[in-house]
Amino acid sequence: MPPTLMAERAAAPAAGTPILSVRGLKTYFRADDGVVRAVDGVSFDVRAGRTLGIVGESGCGKSITARSILGIVDRPGKIEAGEVWLTPGGGTGAPIDLAKLASDSAEMRAIRGKEIALVFQEPMSSFSHYYTVGNQIMEAIRLHSDATKQQAHARAVELLRLVGVPKPERRVDEYPFQLSGGLRQRVMIAMALACDPHVLIADEPTTALDVTTQAQILDLMRELQAKRALALILITHDMGVIAEMADDVVVMYLGRVVERGPVDAIFHDPKHPYTQALLRSIPSIMATPRTKLATISGSIPHPLNRPTGCPFHPRCPDFKPGVCDKAEPATTVIDDRREVACFLYGGGA
Amino acid sequence: MNVLEVVNLRKYFPIRKGLLRRIAGQVRAVDGVSFHIKKGETLALVGESGCGKTTVSRCILRALPPSEGEIRFAVDGKVVDLAKLPKRALRPYRRHIQMVFQDPFSSLNPRMVIADIIGEPLLINGMRSGEERRKRVKELLDMVQLPAAYMNRFPHAFSGGQRQRVGIARALALHPSLIVADEPVSALDVSVQAQILNLLLDLQDRLGLTYLFVAHDLSVVKHVSDRVAVMYVGRMVEIAGTADIFARPRHPYTEALLSAVPKPDPRLKSERIILERDVADPANPPPGCHFHPRCRYAVERCKVDTPALQEVEPNRWVSCHRAHELMLRGVQ
Amino acid sequence: MIARLFGRTSRADSASAEERFAVASQLQLTWWRFRRHKLALASGVIVILFYLVAAFADFLAVNDPQDTDSRRSFAPPQVISLFDDDGSFRPYVTVIRARRDPRTFRMVFDQSSKVYLTMFTPGYNYTLFGLFETNIHLLGLKDPQPGDGLYLLGTDRLGRDLWSRMMVATRVSLTIGLAGVIISLFLGILLGGISAIYGGVVDMAIQRTIEIIRSMPTIPLWMGLAAALPSDWSVMQIYFAITVIIALLAWTDLARVVRGKFLSLREEDFVTAAELAGAGQLRIIFRHMLPSFLSHIIAATSLALPAMIISETSLSFLGLGLRPPAISWGILLQDAQNIEALALAPWLLMAAVPVIVIILAFNFLGDGLRDAADPYG
Ligand SMILES: Nc1ncnc2c1ncn2[C@@H]1O[C@H](COP(=O)(O)OP(=O)(O)OP(=O)(O)O)[C@@H](O)[C@H]1O
Ligand SMILES: Nc1ncnc2c1ncn2[C@@H]1O[C@H](COP(=O)(O)OP(=O)(O)OP(=O)(O)O)[C@@H](O)[C@H]1O
Ligand code: SF4
Ligand code: SF4
Ligand SMILES: [Mg+2]
Ligand SMILES: [Mg+2]
Repeated sequence: MPPTLMAERAAAPAAGTPILSVRGLKTYFRADDGVVRAVDGVSFDVRAGRTLGIVGESGCGKSITARSILGIVDRPGKIEAGEVWLTPGGGTGAPIDLAKLASDSAEMRAIRGKEIALVFQEPMSSFSHYYTVGNQIMEAIRLHSDATKQQAHARAVELLRLVGVPKPERRVDEYPFQLSGGLRQRVMIAMALACDPHVLIADEPTTALDVTTQAQILDLMRELQAKRALALILITHDMGVIAEMADDVVVMYLGRVVERGPVDAIFHDPKHPYTQALLRSIPSIMATPRTKLATISGSIPHPLNRPTGCPFHPRCPDFKPGVCDKAEPATTVIDDRREVACFLYGGGA
Repeated sequence: MNVLEVVNLRKYFPIRKGLLRRIAGQVRAVDGVSFHIKKGETLALVGESGCGKTTVSRCILRALPPSEGEIRFAVDGKVVDLAKLPKRALRPYRRHIQMVFQDPFSSLNPRMVIADIIGEPLLINGMRSGEERRKRVKELLDMVQLPAAYMNRFPHAFSGGQRQRVGIARALALHPSLIVADEPVSALDVSVQAQILNLLLDLQDRLGLTYLFVAHDLSVVKHVSDRVAVMYVGRMVEIAGTADIFARPRHPYTEALLSAVPKPDPRLKSERIILERDVADPANPPPGCHFHPRCRYAVERCKVDTPALQEVEPNRWVSCHRAHELMLRGVQ
Repeated sequence: MIARLFGRTSRADSASAEERFAVASQLQLTWWRFRRHKLALASGVIVILFYLVAAFADFLAVNDPQDTDSRRSFAPPQVISLFDDDGSFRPYVTVIRARRDPRTFRMVFDQSSKVYLTMFTPGYNYTLFGLFETNIHLLGLKDPQPGDGLYLLGTDRLGRDLWSRMMVATRVSLTIGLAGVIISLFLGILLGGISAIYGGVVDMAIQRTIEIIRSMPTIPLWMGLAAALPSDWSVMQIYFAITVIIALLAWTDLARVVRGKFLSLREEDFVTAAELAGAGQLRIIFRHMLPSFLSHIIAATSLALPAMIISETSLSFLGLGLRPPAISWGILLQDAQNIEALALAPWLLMAAVPVIVIILAFNFLGDGLRDAADPYG
């Protein structure tokens, strides 16, 4: 057990050390009525002390990507292909391919929480209503260490203090429903940090919160990342949050990564027509009052009604008939940190 | 001309406890709110979750009976106080204020086809002929840019954005003089949000509509509104023109709210004001200025005196003791 | 969703399928969803078959269910052979002709002999649906000798034909269930609706009553109520009294469902929208709210019915409900109550089979209906 959390991590990996590499990940849901390709060939790298933002509209596969990494996809979902390479111990251990591990294997259980932790999208459903927050944090601690009850309790209080919960000695004995939304999310983060993970996946950690509370939580995550050299995967559909938080960005549409690159390039030189359209269509607080927004025509198709070829082609302003609706564009590498999947930039096989 | 004037509106919800459900306290959801809406404009009502935005709009629609205050509504050349009217006397005025709902799923009856959903207000208000109704429904569908062929479809066949269009068409059916839209786009996907916002702007230009636009997303508000009213724990803290309030807020809460909104540009990593602690509980608000425990400009007086909403400059109302001396930061 | 409801569709007909889906009413959608629950569908068929049996009980019975004859006490079930010796299709049963030895007074069994079956034959008199006097039965023996009988499931101690008794018992037990459900449906919707619409003191009074009724242990309560029935009441009177007792205890569930649905629907935006359009209370209730929870009521009913049936069966089994000569599943099981009877005539336990089957069927059906009725579930 690390001595204290308030200090910087003693043997923190150098910022930028690659910790997690996802390659060609595919997770499908097969049912009688068809196959939902929830995640369909996703690749990215996550580095220590850096934030990878995954952005995309509802149903594009962000949560399933996170769940696939941790091997907790609900049935009938299954990882069909791809690799998830984790370098444990913050980049010091021998790489393991998580996609190969059985979801209930001892190795996988040792990784969950200890190496990679997840802050869930629905804070209320990821708590038990019948235990105090303290008990739930203590359970997470004792799962991965041989701390005594007293040690775990002290650690739980310390964790709550770390994430900015006021009067942690008292709060530790409260039940989740007694907490406000913002506090609950802080406790979620405390729980995720219980075993000092190297990778933190935050799935829409602030979507249910007000902007002022969101600002508090984002601030907290940035601070924790700096202290602990956390590799952070931040999942959101809010481009503003991505712009403020991410170093690298993955843009997803219908299970595919359409574009990947450094945050500045994504916002100031977007390549993929979807990224371009998305950026034009988001309302901005910087806009002139009462101005129309550019729109993307149509709406996201039902996952069982997936368009042929490039999944974006029915809505794409640059659609090339006979090309885009025939084959799926392959990923074109633009430079070592940028990739785009579109026929405008090659994308042929 | 003002379509609506709300004066000192209050709505308290009793907190009941125990087996006999005795009243143990009150949630002061709306605690003395005043504002007005001019004909043809959009007033945005913003504030954090639980500050009373929905309660204000429901009182205006008289879906909730207000506890106190006046709701002066201009209709057919006269002004009626909707707050005082008994339910029965309210009937003839209902048609003039319509609503667009937040949840595109629960706002349409799943057991009725689109033609019946949009046609219902027409039928109830005396358009008996089915032929006439269909004609008007066609017209309305056209206005919200849905094919008339969809008339016989049930809501389950529509996407969230399309349902929201149907909801807008229903609200327009009776030529209302005020449309209350409670978070009309917050349940929609980003790419669909823009379509609906544009539609609302379009319709306003074409039909001269008046909107009360309730929202918590300030970026959305900036795109649609003429004026903005900011609420905090049941009270109005600031009302001003959109450009003014965003560029130069006069209330510390507005300033904090604006600074917390993430800007969609990585090159603008501006200083954010992080508010400490949580929003006050409307059942047990702090004395004086509700915002004082979180306000970085608070002085002793703020803890005891409740600031009144004052017109600090033309068309600009602020409720802060220090409104005249503070120079606050806006966006751009 | 579309593909889900129509099974796999090719691209070509997916457009027309989409159109069909788009204009499908809630009822159709419910049916499409229900259709996918194979177990519920099969259960539905079984329930229908049971009610057909109830409707045509006397027609399906072979012998007068009350007809006793000590000579054929505990006769085992007969086996129907479908084909005659020459291989032709000619169903028959082997009857055992027994007579009492005049000297020893013991039963002696004579050589068995074949008796052919025939359909639509005359038998005992009954009135179909209480309207038509007739004596035609589905099955019967062709040219029986006196004393010959068709005992498909054997006989009980008094020599009554179990098959025929089961047919009639089905009618009694199922109609008690149905009548009970109708009464409790009425009470449940009325009181649940009143509770939700008026709220306040009325609501509180009704809710507390429901809680009190629900907190009472059922068996002693039944015993008390049933014991209070005068012993000189006719079978008919007892029958009604039992129905009412069962219904009085069962309405609480339905009242809760109705009240809960009512309150949650009242908060639905589409109801608010109708209010804002100026719709009156009646229109809101009948046009918007009732159709939305009709399906829930149907599902709740099909889950309440088996409870009723079980109540009747257990009451009668314990001797607190219907009493002989009435016939119900509970009464039939009462006959199978003692070890001796079971050892001698295990076939009497057959009376438990329809109870189990219908209870399971109702539960699967109810679950299927509930799942199918929930539009966004
Ligand atoms: N249990 C499941 N069975 C079938 N399909 C599923 C299941 N869970 C998820 N999916 C499908 O997988 C796709 C991706 O879902 P996912 O939850 O990852 O989306 P998301 O990007 O996180 O969206 P959101 O922003 O709404 O959280 C969706 O199309 C969804 O319908
Ligand atoms: N029917 C009710 N009974 C008791 N309290 C209520 C009721 N409706 C609302 N409240 C309380 O009144 C306050 C204001 O609620 P309201 O729904 O108006 O907020 P809001 O600003 O619309 O919030 P949101 O952004 O979450 O929609 C909240 O504290 C809420 O808990
Ligand atoms: S591949 Fe074609 S359809 Fe797809 S995004 Fe590129 S241009 Fe548009
Ligand atoms: S009145 Fe005082 S506490 Fe309230 S906003 Fe103004 S300065 Fe802050
Ligand atoms: Mg998700
Ligand atoms: Mg609200």
